[in-house]
Amino acid sequence: MPLIKIRDLHFYRGDRAIFDGVNIDIQRGKITAIMGPSGTGKTTLLRLIGGQLRPDSGTIEVDGQDVHKLSHAGLYELRKRMGMLFQSGALLTDISVFDNVAFPLREHTDLPESMIRDLVLMKLQAVGLRNARDLMPAELSGGMARRVALARAVTLDPMMVMYDEPFTGQDPISMGTIVNLIHRLNDAMGLTSIIVSHDVMETTEIADVIYLLSAGKVIESGSPVQLKRSSSQWVQQFIQGLPDGPVPFHFPGVDFADDLLSSEVSA
Amino acid sequence: MIDFIRSLGRWGLDTLQRLGSGHLFLWYMVKGIPEVLLRFSLVIQQLQSVGVRSVMIILVSGLFVGMVLGLQGYNTLVDFGAEESLGVLVSLSLVRELGPVVCALLFAGRAGSALTAEIGLMKSTEQLTGMEMMAVDPIRRIITPRFVAGIISMPLLAAIFSAVGIFGGFIVGYGLLGVDDGAFWSQMQVKTDWYDDVLNGVIKSVVFGVVVTWIALFEGYDASPTSEGVGRATTRTVVHSAFAILGLDFVLTALMFGGI
Repeated sequence: MPLIKIRDLHFYRGDRAIFDGVNIDIQRGKITAIMGPSGTGKTTLLRLIGGQLRPDSGTIEVDGQDVHKLSHAGLYELRKRMGMLFQSGALLTDISVFDNVAFPLREHTDLPESMIRDLVLMKLQAVGLRNARDLMPAELSGGMARRVALARAVTLDPMMVMYDEPFTGQDPISMGTIVNLIHRLNDAMGLTSIIVSHDVMETTEIADVIYLLSAGKVIESGSPVQLKRSSSQWVQQFIQGLPDGPVPFHFPGVDFADDLLSSEVSA
Repeated sequence: MIDFIRSLGRWGLDTLQRLGSGHLFLWYMVKGIPEVLLRFSLVIQQLQSVGVRSVMIILVSGLFVGMVLGLQGYNTLVDFGAEESLGVLVSLSLVRELGPVVCALLFAGRAGSALTAEIGLMKSTEQLTGMEMMAVDPIRRIITPRFVAGIISMPLLAAIFSAVGIFGGFIVGYGLLGVDDGAFWSQMQVKTDWYDDVLNGVIKSVVFGVVVTWIALFEGYDASPTSEGVGRATTRTVVHSAFAILGLDFVLTALMFGGI
């Protein structure tokens, strides 16, 4: 039975359909990637799974519980078992790295400080930043901030972690470190990971299953190998990063020649 | 004409929606107060940033306002040979009106704008969303402690403002203008009533504390998560707080001291 079951999901922003009948299964213990061009609602999907947004119709079940039928308290209980890594890291800027990682433990447990210290140091050790514990978030590089946020996301030993664009804006070394960490943590902690990304290389390296989204629908799904062999032109354009194809390079509108010949002058 | 009516209607609906959201926000904050009082360390941290860091501006402003009152009061009273009543004039002006009102205006400018900017930036950097995803309610954890700290700080700052202001009036009256110090203090003590004057001033400052902190926190929480949005929200905090303080001051004065 999948950990997350999304059925016939519809979600609109104004008149625009972000999701128009999406079905996704996220299997336990696997790394599942949700991919697609910018603006296809990948981050929105994570917010729907986390219960921060409500779908217009359809259901999202996490560990057998319909997220959007839970009470406020029930949703918060479920979130304790979910970790989320935000694109920005979302670290609390007025407290140190150590306190950021300790934050969920202090909020949700009555553990003594000595035990919290040990647990935090273990998590920071896992992301290689044990000796950066006294730094403030403003003193961290983008890659370090994301690793601290990752340590914080797994502090409560969740059943799943959602990664929102974990590779964006990283230098090659940080990128490699984060790819490696996601893979290692997933295996070592028995997590279920959901990665939302448009970085094809890094994601196909670690994902077990990939869902490709476009125009509110799942265009294709399968293992990275299956997607690479797909006959769909759209999939090939996305995977190979071709500038033109089913997704046009030019924003749709007036023909170029007609535009040059027209007498209209913008103010 | 139709466009005008349409835009008026939209403005009316937006205003009503914001009023509704603001009051719901207040309700959530108030609901969280008992829990926050049990974790008072959160409030103490905020008392430092909201209250203690406002003390300097309150001290300096209070001193100068008191000195100006002393100077203006003396120049008027001396024409009637009543300069011994300077202490009464300074103390009643400060305790009843200027203490709570000017202090609240300064509080809105210093602490209120800082609160809006802080919460707005926390929102734009996804810190509040991140907290929600960690199953921590940001209203209980971040907003309510600041609300309680604002309510506690405001009357204390107003008391400091009034005390320093009276001292400023005394420096000018006794030190520069030669008013009898015994008359200054004794008349002040006799004519300033604990309940009618001091307590009413305290009630005013508590009300202003609630309103200014509420406006500041709501504007931050409701700000568009962009630098421009946070900037606008900060401006709105100062402007709306000033209107609210001055409008409420009239209502409270009419209720407390009558005359209408």
